[in-house]
Amino acid sequence: MASTFWPEMALPPPDRRGSAAAPVPFLILAGAGVAFFVLPLLGLLVRTPWGSARELLTSSEALTALRLSLIASLSATAIALLLGVPLAWIYARVAFPGRAICRALTVLPMVLPPVVGGVALLLAFGRGGLLGGWLADVFGIHLPFTTAGAILAETFVAMPFLVITVEAGLRSMDTRFEDAARTLGARRWTVLWRVTLPLVRPSLVAGAILCWARALGEFGATITFAGNFPGRTQTMPLAVYLALETSPESAIVLSLVLLVVSLAVLVGLRDRWLGAS
Amino acid sequence: MPSRVAVGLIAMLLGAGQSACAAPAASTVGGSITVFAASSLTHAFTRIGANFENAHPGAVVHVTFAGSSTLAAQIEQGAIGDVFASADQPTMQRLVNAGLVSGSPSIFARNRLQIVVAAGNPKHIGGLADLSRAGLVVLLCAPAVPCGRYAIQSLRAAGVTVAPASQEADVKAVVSKVALGEADAGIVYVTDVKAAGAAVQGIDIPARFNVTADYPMALLKDSQDAVLAGTFISYVLADGQHILAGDGFAAP
Repeated sequence: MASTFWPEMALPPPDRRGSAAAPVPFLILAGAGVAFFVLPLLGLLVRTPWGSARELLTSSEALTALRLSLIASLSATAIALLLGVPLAWIYARVAFPGRAICRALTVLPMVLPPVVGGVALLLAFGRGGLLGGWLADVFGIHLPFTTAGAILAETFVAMPFLVITVEAGLRSMDTRFEDAARTLGARRWTVLWRVTLPLVRPSLVAGAILCWARALGEFGATITFAGNFPGRTQTMPLAVYLALETSPESAIVLSLVLLVVSLAVLVGLRDRWLGAS
Repeated sequence: MPSRVAVGLIAMLLGAGQSACAAPAASTVGGSITVFAASSLTHAFTRIGANFENAHPGAVVHVTFAGSSTLAAQIEQGAIGDVFASADQPTMQRLVNAGLVSGSPSIFARNRLQIVVAAGNPKHIGGLADLSRAGLVVLLCAPAVPCGRYAIQSLRAAGVTVAPASQEADVKAVVSKVALGEADAGIVYVTDVKAAGAAVQGIDIPARFNVTADYPMALLKDSQDAVLAGTFISYVLADGQHILAGDGFAAP
């Protein structure tokens, strides 16, 4: 029986011979591994003030942060798809000098401490930055301390997840289908839209969801680059962090909302896009 | 036993380095204490800790720095330490109310607010009233953190309304964004302006609009070495004062 949780969609289909018997040491270590992830969640649940949860949740501050978080993370995912899919295709299909370095630079935000990423974004897109001064002078575009800035920060941190997932999908797909389509006279765009992208759909969906989930939880780059202002740049993780200063209970409730929203979307999307398994 | 040998060796080394100014009244009790100190004390307490170790051969002071409320939360969750030095009274009161403090806290330093601007004051900001000027990027701390609460009090006293571009999570973020040139001004502590060096400068806020932040310090109930911890607190209140003053703190 396959679980309906999302990371599975990024994986190849399970072994058709069915369930294997696990060695006992593996069972023990794997059990410890699961407990390691589950215990902190239980800690949150145990400390949740259920009595006042509704009141804390429907506060306008929480709703404002939640709305902004959804807008920003979905926008970041859309930008990541627009820029990341062509990038993944080029990394998977085009051999060019410096490809390894380019790819390493693309995934750098995955290991860079997000706060450093935020400072780097300021140095590039801030008003004194490499591009930011020009953006402000020529187009009057100011990114720091704006919602657009929050979206930019989330895209920077989350897009690598999409790129590597889609690239892996493109590399592992059977290219004979594309060859066949071309032999039959299909043009390059037609092959891409009608053959390649449908074939890598599981990777596209998995990549987009990983990207979205990372964007939703993004904290360090956002607070550093975009700052923190309710309704403008204060996303849920920022609201949680600041709530910890004054009322840990509301921080816990806000975190739970974030968890429930992510789980609902991740579980729901799998069934919708990949068919129940 | 090996730890005692190590302590002895450290004492000898320290003694050798410090023989010229060894304090005759210095206690010779060894031992180590952990001090939880607010991040604004980072520079001062690092030096005070080192001086204390020199003055008390055999004593080791570990100082942990973080935001006052983060430290308070750690202590509430059972972190073992001996002394807590907070950047504001309410956070200390939280621990007093929870029965985690032994004795009553003593104020060891005071801080004041200043307007931080880029070096040379390119936007010609002369006081709080200028912060309401249109087109100026002004940063405040979030109302959830002490510097944000104090800034609101100060602006209210001056009758100035400011539309901040951002409510930063901590005071260092305000200073660094002004230093980077991304913001024109912010309201921070005098000590932060001083610590930031030449990239920024401070504009004084008159005493009638200013807010004084008291820094209380207390012995923790679960202290493993209350004697040494008490000695450290007395040291901060006496010998540590010139270091705190050097960082811009006012005397209690």
